[in-house]
Amino acid sequence: MAKRIDIKDVDIYYGKFHAVEGVTVSVPPKNVTAFIGPSGCGKSTVLRTLNRMHEVIPGARVEGQVLLDGEDIYGTNVDPVQVRRTIGMVFQQPNPFPTMSIRDNVVAGLKLAGTRDKKKLDEVAERALRGANLWTEVKDRLNKPGSGLSGGQQQRLCIARAIAVQPDVLLMDEPCSALDPISTLAIEDLIGQLKQDYTIVIVTHNMQQAARVSDQTAFFNLAGVGQPGRLIECNDTEKIFSNPEEKATEDYISGRFG
Amino acid sequence: MNNRDVTKSRPGAPVPSGGQGETPMIGAMSNDPPEPPARTLGEAEGAASRRRADLIFRWLATGSGIAVVLSIALIGIFLLIQSVPSLAANKASFLFSAEFLTTDPANLRFGIRDLLAVTVLSSAFALLLAMPVALGIALFLTHYAPAGLRRPLAYVIDVLAAVPSIVYGLWGFLVLGPALVPFAEWLNQSLSWFPLFATGNVSIAGGGTIFTAGIVLAIMILPIITALTRDAFRQTPARHIEGALALGATRWEMIRTTVLPFGRSAYVGASMLGLGRALGETVAVLIILRTSASASGFSLFDGGYTFASKIASAASEFSQPLPTGAYIAAGLVLFVLTFVVNAIGRAIAGEKVRG
Ligand SMILES: Nc1ncnc2c1ncn2[C@@H]1O[C@H](COP(=O)(O)OP(=O)(O)OP(=O)(O)O)[C@@H](O)[C@H]1O
Ligand SMILES: [Mg+2]
Repeated sequence: MAKRIDIKDVDIYYGKFHAVEGVTVSVPPKNVTAFIGPSGCGKSTVLRTLNRMHEVIPGARVEGQVLLDGEDIYGTNVDPVQVRRTIGMVFQQPNPFPTMSIRDNVVAGLKLAGTRDKKKLDEVAERALRGANLWTEVKDRLNKPGSGLSGGQQQRLCIARAIAVQPDVLLMDEPCSALDPISTLAIEDLIGQLKQDYTIVIVTHNMQQAARVSDQTAFFNLAGVGQPGRLIECNDTEKIFSNPEEKATEDYISGRFG
Repeated sequence: MNNRDVTKSRPGAPVPSGGQGETPMIGAMSNDPPEPPARTLGEAEGAASRRRADLIFRWLATGSGIAVVLSIALIGIFLLIQSVPSLAANKASFLFSAEFLTTDPANLRFGIRDLLAVTVLSSAFALLLAMPVALGIALFLTHYAPAGLRRPLAYVIDVLAAVPSIVYGLWGFLVLGPALVPFAEWLNQSLSWFPLFATGNVSIAGGGTIFTAGIVLAIMILPIITALTRDAFRQTPARHIEGALALGATRWEMIRTTVLPFGRSAYVGASMLGLGRALGETVAVLIILRTSASASGFSLFDGGYTFASKIASAASEFSQPLPTGAYIAAGLVLFVLTFVVNAIGRAIAGEKVRG
């Protein structure tokens, strides 16, 4: 069930360090939003506040609201564990659990949520692996360790793991940066398919990738060294790449960025 | 031309053996007109010295490795040679007799039944107590304790490792033993049907039982198990921890899916090292355990000697070879026992995480 996300005036801190200031963005359901911007401007930080992974870091905190279909995920009665079950995440480095088989990796989230029925788990494993375009490659070795796959396969395994629990939103932090061009294309295709069912937010350093996969693009930037990162502009991807409103966006996209 | 001179003099410079400066270089220049040979010569020289360093290091490493293995083998052989005559003269069953009479060299009667029983029982009991506690402390230190508490707590645990055995012995004998008496008596009364809690060959009220010694041993081996386990847990890759959390794992579920599998073999290995230490502990056990004339009934409320404490207690009488050999034979069994336990520990600790 794809849901929309509204980030409202969010400030993000690492201890005393003010990392991101005053971000307001809306992510419509069944839509791919790309976060772009120079290194250190806070893309990952913003992304990690969307499923409350930010607060895992000691001293890290968030101010402002993040609404999931209108409900504040930072509300007083909201359990971060529940938030993470409905908002999945794929990381830059593929991180399948090394001690688990391919199948167990895929269904790890369901097992955590309490599903024990073996038949159901097998079904879900197959559906998720098909969904991640990995089924044909691994169907004969589901009981082998996930760490025995190639990097690109591991990343698709992680995507399968994330979609196995049927999240409302899928967050991806540079999911292709450790992959070769072929695996990257495979994952970009996959993102195109997944957006029919999921709301997707993806961080990427690759302009072409942002242009290829996303419907809307948010450009973040730093005002200066030691300054918090800000959202400069968020608009339809086509508009951002052809006719951005801000000069900083245009400079960054055309590579004229310092 | 100038350029060539520079490239030529560079590899050439370190080659001359004497301190003659430029003269030999000029000579070399006129003697070897082709440039490449001079260059390879210079490189070969550097490579050779590097290879030499490599070689020296390899010999050093191999040498010390051999030295360690050799000294262990020599210790084993020494123990064996010293004990064979006594074993031949032994009039009791070495493996199954509870006697250990060595005062009359003409009538040696010694067996390791009780020594083995007390050693294994006290160490296994210690391990049983220490393992879960160490696991809990290691997890607490790495994942539950507030950041400000972690360092001081870890420090306290490390200090526990530095306390001398004799202090543990005195404390066990004077403080812990008496304090445990009511609990030990209650265990004995309510669970005496269970062999381990049956009435043993020493008085429970005296406190000098395997029960007390095992608890003290557990405290003694706790730091090493905790420290090694904590280090392993701390090295769990952050991306696996985050992967679990991002899937909606609670902290405990995250620990179960990532930290425990990651640190499991280190934990078991550390426990085996702890067991090895408990098996060989001497002074603390010697002080705590009361001795008894009657044989061990394999109860925690027995007293007696472990291998190590038996040997230490008799050390002052090692004047005649035959009686001494009896103790050395006992030492040999302890040596083999410790060796096996450590080998198991290493095998488990060295086992790779699957995949
Ligand atoms: N764990 C942390 N503790 C303290 N500061 C952090 C931490 N992680 C990130 N930061 C800081 O927060 C700011 C934003 O970092 P972030 O990782 O979000 O940047 P990013 O846009 O994702 O960069 P990149 O493109 O290089 O991944 C940076 O100044 C960074 O140094
Ligand atoms: Mg980042």
